[in-house]
Amino acid sequence: MSAAPIDLPRWADTALVPLVSVAAALAVAGLVVLSIGESPLEATTLLLKGSLGSLEGLGFTLYYTTNFIFTGLAVAVAFHAGLFNIGGEGQATIAGIFAALACLWLAPLPGLLLVPLAILAAAAGGALWALIPGWLQATRGSHVVITTIMFNFIAATLIVYLLVEVMGKAGSMQPETADFPRQALLTPIHELLAAFGLTMPSTPLNTAFLLALASLVAVWALIYRSRLGYAIRTVGANPRAAAYAGISPARIIIVAMALSGALAGGLAVNEAMGVQHRLVLDFTAGYGFVGIAVALMGRGHPVGVALAALLFGVLYQGGAELSFDKPTITRDMVVVIGGIVILFAGALDGLFRRLVAGVLNLGRGG
Amino acid sequence: MELVQTLAVILDSTIRLSIPLLCAALAGLWSERSGVVDIGLEGKMLIAAFASAAVAHHSGSAWTGLGAGMLAAVALALVHGFSAITWRGNQIVSGVAINMLAAGLTVILGNAWYGQGGRTPTLEGPARFAELDLPLAGTLKEVPVIGPIYDIAISGHAAPVYLAVLALVLTAFTLKHTRFGLRLRAVGENPAAVDTAGVSVAGLRYAAVVICGALCGLGGSYLAVSQSAGFLPQMTAGKGFIALAAVIFANWRPVPVLFACLLFGLLEAIAIRLQGVVLPGIGQVPVQAIQALPYVMTVVLLAGFIGKATPPKASGLPYVKER
Repeated sequence: MSAAPIDLPRWADTALVPLVSVAAALAVAGLVVLSIGESPLEATTLLLKGSLGSLEGLGFTLYYTTNFIFTGLAVAVAFHAGLFNIGGEGQATIAGIFAALACLWLAPLPGLLLVPLAILAAAAGGALWALIPGWLQATRGSHVVITTIMFNFIAATLIVYLLVEVMGKAGSMQPETADFPRQALLTPIHELLAAFGLTMPSTPLNTAFLLALASLVAVWALIYRSRLGYAIRTVGANPRAAAYAGISPARIIIVAMALSGALAGGLAVNEAMGVQHRLVLDFTAGYGFVGIAVALMGRGHPVGVALAALLFGVLYQGGAELSFDKPTITRDMVVVIGGIVILFAGALDGLFRRLVAGVLNLGRGG
Repeated sequence: MELVQTLAVILDSTIRLSIPLLCAALAGLWSERSGVVDIGLEGKMLIAAFASAAVAHHSGSAWTGLGAGMLAAVALALVHGFSAITWRGNQIVSGVAINMLAAGLTVILGNAWYGQGGRTPTLEGPARFAELDLPLAGTLKEVPVIGPIYDIAISGHAAPVYLAVLALVLTAFTLKHTRFGLRLRAVGENPAAVDTAGVSVAGLRYAAVVICGALCGLGGSYLAVSQSAGFLPQMTAGKGFIALAAVIFANWRPVPVLFACLLFGLLEAIAIRLQGVVLPGIGQVPVQAIQALPYVMTVVLLAGFIGKATPPKASGLPYVKER
C-alpha cells in the first residue's frame, strides 16, 4: 500500500468507483438473501416489479425518493464544507415540530400563505438544530459528529415529551398532534395530474417531490456556481488556505451546517405536510441515516444524489412489495444495503479505487 | 433502616443499568486511546446481543451465548479495523455503516430464523445467566447499613456484571502499568514516534479494536442473556452512544469512565422510578428531561463550559507511514 493518492481518470472517479462499490454492496445483500433461503434473482425481479412496474409503484418510489433527496443533500452540503452531519434525524425531527406548530398556530391563514410559512418554519427548525452544533464546532471546538449524535437523542426525547405532554391531540392516546388544517396540506401529485386530465392511482407522492427537485438544482447552483459555494468548498478542502484567502472558516461552518439542517427539514415537509397530515412520533424512520449512504454514493454532487436517492427509493418501495410476497425479507434489508453502501462507497473507498485503478491499468496493458 | 433499604435498591438498579454502559465505554476507551474513533459501539453491542441470545437458545448455555456474542462483535470490530486501519478510511463513516448493518441484519436474521418479528425465543434455565450470591451475603444481611447494601446492591448480580468490573480493573492496570498499555496510549497520541521505535502501529491498533469488540460483546450479551431473556429488535436503544458520551465525560480515562457510567445509570434508574410519579410542588416530572440529561451534559462538556475534553491527539487520523 502506498501513501500516494491513487490517480484515476475523472470519469472513473465520479462514475465507475461508486458504481462498482454499489454493485458489490448489492452482491453482498444478495448473499444475505441467499443465506435466509430465498433466491436473490426472484427477489430482484419482485423488487423491480413492485417499485417500477406500475404507476402506483412508481408513485410510491418517488415519494420515498423525495425523502432521500432531502437527507442526501443535507449530508452532501455539509460534506462540501468538510463536515460530517450525522444529525439529519434530529434536524428533521425539530423541523417537524416547527412545521406542526406553524400549521396549527397559523391555521386561520389561507393555504397560499400557510404552506410557504410552514415550509420555512420546517427549514428554520432544521437549520437551528444543525446551527448549534456548527456554532459549537466553529467557536468552542467541540466536534460536530459527536454533537449531532447527541442532538439526535435530545430531539428524540423532546418530540416524545411534546407529543405526549404538550402538543398531543386531545383525547388521543397516540403520540401525535391534531390533524393539520386542510389548506396546509401539500397537493398529491395524482390530484395535480387530474387537473390536467391525466389519471394516476392515488399515492403518497406530493408536491414536496417538486420541492426536492428544486432543491437539487438550488444546491447545484449554490455549491458550484456561487461565491458562498466556492467558500464552502474551499473551507472543506483546506480551512487554513481558506482563512489565508480571507474566508472565515468559522462563519462558513455555521452557514453550511444551517443549510444542511434546513435541507434535512424537507423530510418533515414531505412526511408531515405531504403524507401524514399531522406530526407523528418516529416519522424520520432512519431516512436521515440512509441519507449518508445517498450522499456518499452520489459523491456529494446533486446529480449523484438524485440517482442514489432514486436507487434507495426503488429499494424502499420494492422492499415493501417484496416483504408481502416473501415475509422473511423485511424492509430492514434496505437498512442492511444502506450500511454496506456506506461501508463500501465511504469507508472502503480506498480499496475500491485501488481495485478500479488496477483493472484500468490491466486494460492498458500495464 | 427504610432509607438504607431504598438506597440499596436504587444502587442495585443503577449497577444493573450501568454495566452495559461500562462495557461499551471501556470498549470505546480502548479503541480511542489507540487512535481509532469508534461510533459503532451501538452496532457491535446489538449484534452481540442477537448472536448471544440465538446461540444461548440453541446450545442451552448462557456461557456459550456469551462467547458467540463476543465473537460476533469482534467480527464487526475487525470490519471497522479493516476499513479504518488497513484502508485508512473515514472512521466515522465506517462506524455509521456498522451501526446500520447491525440494526438491519439482526432483525432480518431474527425474523427469518424465528419468525417472531425479530425477537429470539425466550431463554430459560441455564440458557440465561443466573444471579450469583456473593459469599456471606445472607450472613451479613442483618448488619446495619453495610448489610443491606452488600446483600441487595453488590451481591445478587449475574456473572457478566462481575466480569465487567474485572474488565475495568484490567483495563486500568494494563493501560497504565504495562508496556503494551504504554505503547497503545502512545499510538493514539503520536503514532509516528511508535513507528520510529520499531513497533507496528497497525498491530497495536488492531489489538485495541479486537479488545473493543470483545468488550462490546460482553455488554451486548449481558443485555440479551442476563438482563432480558432474549433478543428484542433495537434493544441497545442508544446505549452505545451514551457509552460514547461517558468516554468523553471521563476524559478518556478508565476509572472516571466507571463513575460516568454509574452517573448515567443512576439517571436512567431515576427516570424509570419517576415514571408517572407526581412530586409535591413540582407536579409530574418529565421523564424525558432526565433521559436527555446525559446527552445535554456531554454537549455542554464538549463545548468546554464545564471542564475540558481532551481526546487522544491522533484520534480519528489514519496513520500514513512516511517514505
